[in-house]
Amino acid sequence: MKTRILGVVAAVVVLIAAAVGYGLYSRDRGPGVNAVAVVSGQPVSVQAKGQLLFRNTAEGPDFGHLATVPADSPGQPRKVAGLSCDRFAASAGTALCLAAQPGVLPPVTDVIVLDKDLNEIRRVELPGTPSRGRVSPDGRLVYWTLFVNGDSYAETGFSTRAGILDLSSGQLLKSVEEMALFLDGKQYYSSDVNYWGITFAADGKKFYATVGTKGKTYLVEADYEKFSANMIRENVECPSLSPDGKRIAFKKRVSADLAAPWRLAVLDLASGRETLLAETRSVDDQAAWLDDRTVAYGLESGIWAVPADGSGAAREVVQRGSSPAGV
Amino acid sequence: MYIATARGADTAAEVPKSGMKRAVTGNVVALGLVSLVTDISSEMVTAVLPLYLVLGLGLSPLQFGVLDGLYSGVTALVRLVGGHLADRWQRLKAVACFGYGLSALGKIGLMLAGSSTVAIGAVLAADRTGKGVRTAPRDALITLSSDPEHLGRAFGVHRAMDTFGAFLGPLVAMAVLWLSLGSYDSVFFTSFCIAAIGVIILLVLVKDHQPKPRAERHKVSLRETAGLIRQASFRRICVWAALLGLVTLSDSFLYLVLQRRWDLGAVFFPLLPLGTAGVYLLLAVPLGRLSDRVGRWKVFLGGHVALVVALLALLGPVDGGVLAVLALVLHGVFYAATDGVLMAAAGPLLPEHQRASGLALVQTGQATTRMFASVLFGLAWTAWDLHAAVLVAAGALVVVIVAAAVLRPLRTYA
Repeated sequence: MKTRILGVVAAVVVLIAAAVGYGLYSRDRGPGVNAVAVVSGQPVSVQAKGQLLFRNTAEGPDFGHLATVPADSPGQPRKVAGLSCDRFAASAGTALCLAAQPGVLPPVTDVIVLDKDLNEIRRVELPGTPSRGRVSPDGRLVYWTLFVNGDSYAETGFSTRAGILDLSSGQLLKSVEEMALFLDGKQYYSSDVNYWGITFAADGKKFYATVGTKGKTYLVEADYEKFSANMIRENVECPSLSPDGKRIAFKKRVSADLAAPWRLAVLDLASGRETLLAETRSVDDQAAWLDDRTVAYGLESGIWAVPADGSGAAREVVQRGSSPAGV
Repeated sequence: MYIATARGADTAAEVPKSGMKRAVTGNVVALGLVSLVTDISSEMVTAVLPLYLVLGLGLSPLQFGVLDGLYSGVTALVRLVGGHLADRWQRLKAVACFGYGLSALGKIGLMLAGSSTVAIGAVLAADRTGKGVRTAPRDALITLSSDPEHLGRAFGVHRAMDTFGAFLGPLVAMAVLWLSLGSYDSVFFTSFCIAAIGVIILLVLVKDHQPKPRAERHKVSLRETAGLIRQASFRRICVWAALLGLVTLSDSFLYLVLQRRWDLGAVFFPLLPLGTAGVYLLLAVPLGRLSDRVGRWKVFLGGHVALVVALLALLGPVDGGVLAVLALVLHGVFYAATDGVLMAAAGPLLPEHQRASGLALVQTGQATTRMFASVLFGLAWTAWDLHAAVLVAAGALVVVIVAAAVLRPLRTYA
């Protein structure tokens, strides 16, 4: 028995040593030099027109930092700021940075609001993992979607919380879930309702979002002041309203295949007509409108753009980047 | 009758009669150690998986939901298969070891799966399969290596060790993230190493149950397993456990209701399950011992009473932190009085060569009706409102508890 216990102790020592060794090795694995050309130390303003802001995901010391390139020549070396975010968005001189607190479990996200020169003006700590973040066209509202453990309908489930921070009143709405929800004119109740992917109209009152319930997704049109929402269409996920407010870019579920469930599509709100875009791969991102004709999205570790009318072809705009925001 | 049945079934178990005073046998402690270590390993992955899938791979809500549903759905059937094979081959330890090993390899699978959602789904399903396969043979080993009078205590010790591991999991994950500067791969690799330690402890320190000499051996067929249900005492425990499962409110709903009543700093919300687990950890052994003394079925029903009181408290006038503490303590009591105690109650009713199949049958029946309970409660919530749904759930639970207490399905046994 004694030799057996000694054997077990020896095995434990070896395995723990292997685990610690691997952890230390992982620590040093990141390269000390940026994998792409980078310009640092210059001021970044989110208000300067004609630029594409994004999260730099090229290996190196500036991994995860906010970066920017001129929209008309995105191949130029990226200018990086010190700000580190998991999701980034900007509009009308306001920036939103969602950053998961490193190594904190259960996960906690810092929702950080910044002014045009990236000075922090508000910070809120919320439980969960960052998923989507956006700023309203007028820069007065910021909103986000976080994943949260443990409060979903399913036993082991995972759910989302979409929240809104109103910068003009300072009011923080941690979850829009309490909002009255209507389907075909009748109030809809279900304990498994989840909201994600908020997108506001230019008036700062009307907004759209995805509702997920009982395995289906719906587009809702909501009134921020009345705090109520109507389900208006099925199978619309992660909506993004065009700058002219007439169309919504979204993810449409086109396949039951787990590996490639979605296609990017654009919905014309007036006619209800849907157009699949020229990107044929499955996109899992909330699209961002660069202007009224083009949407950008993250795919296969790069940022891509495709015409919003279904014509043309997808092209890679920035290699190794995510969370595109055109300003 | 209880004594006769139990002794008859356990004469072959190597329980030294002189060891009656000992708290629990070495084998139970070794099995507890395996569970403790394995739970560290699995909970550390559970804790980082959302971060990894959402931030590392960029999965969206629907896709995560699909993956999550996939890996929680597979256990029920697999548990029956694991129990049956363990009995059929008379190899409890080998089948349990296969289950633990499969889950350990799943951690390496996570490292290799990269960003393929299909591969990750397959790995998670394999991990759950491993968990399903190992549970019944492990619990059968606990009953077969314990003195039947002290089974409640044995399960109490095992479940307390198991829960302690679950506590440590997220802490170890945080330590690894800190050490490795946020490398998820390191968390998976460490999780694999710890799971491997669990398998080694099982292989080296846990004694398998000695099968009877070949001549006396029963060949356990599927028909024979199904025939367990014909044995009145065992049938009653299965049916009543399943009936109680059907009116048991699931954890997530309890936390949801608590969250609505108590405007808790949202950051702390994910910590609620830790409150339940903490109480479970503290009470598993004392309530297990109590069940040995006053009767396991009584304690099992008492646990359900605690759940009723918790539900009524949620509807009552007290709220805030006091309510939260009260509800979580009662919820922990419910777990400590039911989880291991049910196994301790069912074990001695089963012939030795059908322990694993029988325990799997009780567990699967209960788990299945609990799943229905979730669906029913969701429907009730949608149709009426939360308050009414909780009230109805508590009422239904009271009716079944009273019926079970009056009819006393196990009066002759415990």
